[in-house]
Amino acid sequence: MNLVTQERRKERLDRGIKVRTEGIYAVSSWQEVSYLVLPRLILIVGLLLLPFLMPSLYWNRVISIVGIYALLALGFDFLAHYVGLVSLGGSLFIGVGGYIAAILNKSFGLSPLFTIPIATLSGAIICTLLLLPALPLRGVYFAIVTLMYPLVLFRIIEALNILGGTDGILGVASFPNTWVEQYLILSIIILALFGLRRLVNEDIGLVFRGVKDNDQAVRASGLSITLYKAIAVFITSALGCLGGAYFVHIYMVAGISLFALDYSVIPIAATVIGGGGTLVGPLLGCFILVPISELLRAFGTLRIVFYSVILLAFIMFRSEGIMVYAQRKYHQFERWVKV
Amino acid sequence: MDILIYGIINSFSLALMAIGFTLVYGISRIPNFAHGALYVITGFLVWSLIHLLKLNYVVSIILALVIMGLVGAAIYRFVLIRVRGMATSEIIATYALGLAVLEFLRWGGFKGMTYTLPVFIEGSIVIGNIPVDLQRVIVIAIGIVVVTFMWLFTHFNKIGLALRGMAQDEHAAMMLGIDSDRMAVIAMAMGSMLAGIAAITLLPLGNIVVEAGYNVLILSIAVCIVGGLGSWVGAILAAFMIGFLQIITVAYIQSHFHMVVALLVIIATLILKPSGLFGRQKELEERV
Repeated sequence: MNLVTQERRKERLDRGIKVRTEGIYAVSSWQEVSYLVLPRLILIVGLLLLPFLMPSLYWNRVISIVGIYALLALGFDFLAHYVGLVSLGGSLFIGVGGYIAAILNKSFGLSPLFTIPIATLSGAIICTLLLLPALPLRGVYFAIVTLMYPLVLFRIIEALNILGGTDGILGVASFPNTWVEQYLILSIIILALFGLRRLVNEDIGLVFRGVKDNDQAVRASGLSITLYKAIAVFITSALGCLGGAYFVHIYMVAGISLFALDYSVIPIAATVIGGGGTLVGPLLGCFILVPISELLRAFGTLRIVFYSVILLAFIMFRSEGIMVYAQRKYHQFERWVKV
Repeated sequence: MDILIYGIINSFSLALMAIGFTLVYGISRIPNFAHGALYVITGFLVWSLIHLLKLNYVVSIILALVIMGLVGAAIYRFVLIRVRGMATSEIIATYALGLAVLEFLRWGGFKGMTYTLPVFIEGSIVIGNIPVDLQRVIVIAIGIVVVTFMWLFTHFNKIGLALRGMAQDEHAAMMLGIDSDRMAVIAMAMGSMLAGIAAITLLPLGNIVVEAGYNVLILSIAVCIVGGLGSWVGAILAAFMIGFLQIITVAYIQSHFHMVVALLVIIATLILKPSGLFGRQKELEERV
């Protein structure tokens, strides 16, 4: 048998329409306009229609939870893939934001309208200060410190019996109704998503990527690496604290479960599954993972095992994630060519 | 006096926990966030070998250590080798692995008072009118043995020297014909075995609980950072520093601050001397 093995490789080319629509001035037909607008429109309309499509109150609540995780995941993706800092402690942000909102609401009687913005800002400042020592350093220090804070804060609250101890702070005010609750978080997600996308393409986004890829070049340009890292951490922790404050007002309780591992793992898993560095990917990942997680609620901590295994499998075998794959298919076509 | 004795014991426990982590990090630059999980697995492994397979204590210890070595090698060979060099993925992969193991054990019902390992020798001795049980004395002995063995191994053995070469300059080592991946497999296997040794020595002092996994991870990271990531002398010195600080905190303030000490020491180190006590060698690399 005479088997001729011919060397072939896959060639990827940009679709013509992508090239034509890249410069905004060239857009001249409905086809091209829809090529640009449709994916974004599907996302936004889809998100806004979601509360109507859900069958029951329970699943409406799940949307809000997905939103909170999505904020964390967006923050993680931004920090990991645009600034190069891997945060293993999403629950730090949730915990700090949540406790601040609960205290403001219970002790000072502020309504969610005020507690959420205040918790977001002050929580972000606190988290940034807490993480500041690890910022001037390269390498794994940031990951280590973010890993430790939630575990240690959990113990401190448990041991000293402060902030309500193991029972937590009960009776926090809730939102007026579920529609406000859902649409507020959905619009926050959309704003955060498009805001971050805009941000990383601005000048400051370029500096962020510089910090990730070649920090000495950034320093040689006379910019402080620590300052830019701090800004990035501030943005991420603001998103996380917002989620935390929101969470507290949804469940009307702030307890040490705010420092639970779920808030650290799911965002990472969502980012890896959805596609790191796309910012939309983590959102998609959350919409896949969190409902599954709700279905598996009966299994307790086995859920964390489940995410970890998925995470491990994706990072080993399909590290690009769904969204990167989808974008490639959307923008490019492939064909086999002879070498 | 009891601060001195228990401080020394605590310091040796910390050194035992941290030595595996610092070995892996120093050689392959992989922060092994699954270290705590390996520690706990060993405990359960020995327990199951004794109680389910009815093996002799000594036999099950040896068997467990061999299995741990294989597990460590397998982790590198099948998981880490795929993400090697991508810092983000390395961190996430080991973290996910550790979490999966620990939470699986927690779900599997391994909690509570029922899981204990027998002590090596019953009884206690009195040192300067303070009774110390023999297991704690053994901790010191094994600590000294392990540290001395590691020092001898990395200074007078071909593989040990290759590991050290890898740690100092990977490219130069590769040019001299040292296989980077093989060395990393060996480092990972030894790191897991060291985690196992720590577990077997320390776990008889209390119950086997899943939380220990997180504590061990935090403490060994603390020791490594304070000592300078990847530095041996530093790690041991740091173990003594943190060990005594912890005992002093427990004695004079409150026992709950045990873990807080570790965090504060890390933060203080990062602010004052980020390269750690003895991390001069990698200082330029770590510091921006």
